[in-house]
Amino acid sequence: MASRAAKAVGRNVLRKEGHAKVTGAARYIDDLTFPGLLHARTIRSTIPAGQIAKVRFKGDRAGFTLVDHHDIPGRNIVALIDDDQPCLAERAIRHVAEPILLLVHEDREKLRAAEVQIDYRPSTPNYDPETSAIAFKSIAIDKGNVDEGFAAADVIVDGEYRTGLQEQLYIETNGVIAVPGHGVAGGDDGITVYGSMQCPYYVHRALMILLGLPAEQVRVIQTETGGGFGGKEEYPSMIAGHAALAALKTGRPVKLVYDRVEDMLATTKRHPSIIRHRTGVTRDGRLTAMDIDAVLDGGAYATLSAVVLSRGMIHAAGPYRCDHVRIRGRATMTNTPPNGAFRGFGAPQTQFAADVHMDRIAERLGLDPVRVREINALRPGDTTATGQRLGADSSALRVLREAVKRTDFKKRRRALASSNGPAEAGRHTPARGIGLSLFFHGSGFTGAGEVKLASKASLALTGRGARIHVASTEIGQGTRTMLAQIVADALGVPYEHIDVNAADTGEVPDSGPTVASRTCMIVGRILQRCAEEMRGRLGSLTPRQYLRKFGPLTITKQYERPAGMVWDDTLYKGDAYGSYGWGCDVVEVEVDRDTFEVKATAFTTVHEIGKAIHPTLALGQIEGGSAQGLGYALLEDVVMRDGRMTNATLTNYIIPTSLDTPPMKVVLLENPYPHGPSGAKGVGEMPIDGPAPAVINALRHAGFDLREIPATPEKIMAVAS
Amino acid sequence: MRLILNGKRRELNVHPLKRLLDVLREDCALTGTKEGCGEGECGACTVLLDGAPVNSCLVPAAHADGARLMTIEGLGGRHRLQRAFVEHGGAQCGICTPGMILAAVALGPKPSLNAIKVGLAGNLCRCTGYSAIYRSIRQA
Repeated sequence: MASRAAKAVGRNVLRKEGHAKVTGAARYIDDLTFPGLLHARTIRSTIPAGQIAKVRFKGDRAGFTLVDHHDIPGRNIVALIDDDQPCLAERAIRHVAEPILLLVHEDREKLRAAEVQIDYRPSTPNYDPETSAIAFKSIAIDKGNVDEGFAAADVIVDGEYRTGLQEQLYIETNGVIAVPGHGVAGGDDGITVYGSMQCPYYVHRALMILLGLPAEQVRVIQTETGGGFGGKEEYPSMIAGHAALAALKTGRPVKLVYDRVEDMLATTKRHPSIIRHRTGVTRDGRLTAMDIDAVLDGGAYATLSAVVLSRGMIHAAGPYRCDHVRIRGRATMTNTPPNGAFRGFGAPQTQFAADVHMDRIAERLGLDPVRVREINALRPGDTTATGQRLGADSSALRVLREAVKRTDFKKRRRALASSNGPAEAGRHTPARGIGLSLFFHGSGFTGAGEVKLASKASLALTGRGARIHVASTEIGQGTRTMLAQIVADALGVPYEHIDVNAADTGEVPDSGPTVASRTCMIVGRILQRCAEEMRGRLGSLTPRQYLRKFGPLTITKQYERPAGMVWDDTLYKGDAYGSYGWGCDVVEVEVDRDTFEVKATAFTTVHEIGKAIHPTLALGQIEGGSAQGLGYALLEDVVMRDGRMTNATLTNYIIPTSLDTPPMKVVLLENPYPHGPSGAKGVGEMPIDGPAPAVINALRHAGFDLREIPATPEKIMAVAS
Repeated sequence: MRLILNGKRRELNVHPLKRLLDVLREDCALTGTKEGCGEGECGACTVLLDGAPVNSCLVPAAHADGARLMTIEGLGGRHRLQRAFVEHGGAQCGICTPGMILAAVALGPKPSLNAIKVGLAGNLCRCTGYSAIYRSIRQA
């Protein structure tokens, strides 16, 4: 087959579903309806800990169906890792907003007005992750011998750093519709669930276990999804289970779409952290020992805490080299709604601590923040905390130097410092500062994760090109577009001739969850191999000629671990990730000396991501992730009282608006990963790692010694001298 | 109630206090207008009421009686802003996009960067960090 098609990779082709999204034609879950549709409402606990004593429905029950744990035909769990979380509480309550029963009715107004009285026998809740007796997971990473490292140090620097909860705040809330019957080949048995989600096969497995159904009787179809950011990684298994139980009990389709308040009160958030660093360093700035202890607040059930902790701990030493490292981490249980996946997955918390601590080390030694990072940044050939030897595809120094050059960092830092002189104090000029952060982010599942997942992807020949079959979801990041570009070039056909099937478990293989910065690097590479084989099979024939001559052709391939990758899950040693992206952020802040309000006034980021398959999409990930990171640093404050989020509205939980977001300069660098498609690494998560430490370092430069986010005016006032 | 919806006369028999958002989505089958928060904070439900952007989740149906109303569907599919949002990455997950585009329509042609920032301050986007939206509007 001739390959005259213009290359798609590296070009800003039009997003596959772009037209549907700008015309209002794209169908999200709440836009769908079915004949005979019923609505459901979730009745939730109002106490953080205790036992359910009695449940009473008040008023007229006509037209209502009640669903509780007795209606569960399979196991009453939301299947994930530890299987500790019930789908509907039986007796024990571990957190506020724990689902107890579902009300189902065709009239939403009646549903809203219905009252259920629940009596409890409360017990004493624990909200302190440090004193919690229950650890969902503990991780230890050891490299060298920290005692030797401390003995070789001239100076020892200690620091304690804290990060808060953060809500994903996708603009489309969680929602699903469950329809009785699995529909494949007219099947009337089983269940079909449509919904807003990142991981259709997570939902598929959870439903099989909850409903006691075989795989072929459960079908999960992702609808257009209005943002996820991790918030639709594990939670959809819960809400899908609820709607499915209601649909099976009533024999009718059931819609369950949360309003904003319920979504904020009940669904997962980013784990808060408390992280302590003790670091040995020579007088000239070289790290000799890093001793790091971290606690993540897991909330009431295990959800994904074990793997969030894992990624967090692997990134805990930051992109720095040190021969002697000891990292201890645990994720513990508290009586708050479970915390879970959020873009970055533990790494934003631990790299916040690492990079704020790096500035404190520089300050203690009288070095500038660039110099201390230049001395210690990981270079090709160095080993990480897990002992992974870095290849030529690592770029810590390069991103640092580029960011310093682009922002004229050293000169700017001197200029701003002098603008904060004593003459200015007390005047109505803001305090100003500039700070930077250096960070990295592993692409794909941690350690042996990709081998265990054994993801599959398929490519089916069509008359004009090929159709992609994967469970990887489009959630705004551009999955359909980016995968089609990779396939188009490998197959040698125009981008427009590649179609992408819906992420429907009845039609696509399990290509793994859409998480962990893995879709491009891992799934993209599997598809590229499918396309390469398909191209070989076609030979000199066009797709149409091949189909006429030989009939249908589908190529399915599975993940293959690159040669030489080794990981020991017991010792936490080895190649934690196939490759890493590298980033450096520089932010300038102004602090109002009366109100302590902070404004980020300038933001520059340098990202090295291997290869930008679609530069506009990559830029979108970096700008959007950075804005979320700035919100994490400055604005986004989940206020918990008695185990309940007290500001669960968009009026009171503030995310950045257009007026809060500074102008962003993004510099893309490319240093190819040999096993990624066209050299690509992951890009989705890394942008959120950098802004928070850069902001706090800028605040320190402006004169405020804060070691905690979000940096609200109240906290800054408390440290202002 | 009577109104001109996307350029066409319509007569609707709805409760006067029903949210305009629900009237559009349920009674007119125009689901391009999205609900993000239901409290007038996110702007996903933005429509143009006599040319001005309003949060349709806060507007009772009666307010639209006799008005000219435009939703994303009324823009057709070839408006310069629609094309620019696809070309320049202004739409990612797409849930804020209909409201964002209508808020941008209300800014008129060739708005300044500052006018865009102020004009869109009531429309939240969690995906883009807004920069791609500014580029889309300025290059439309």
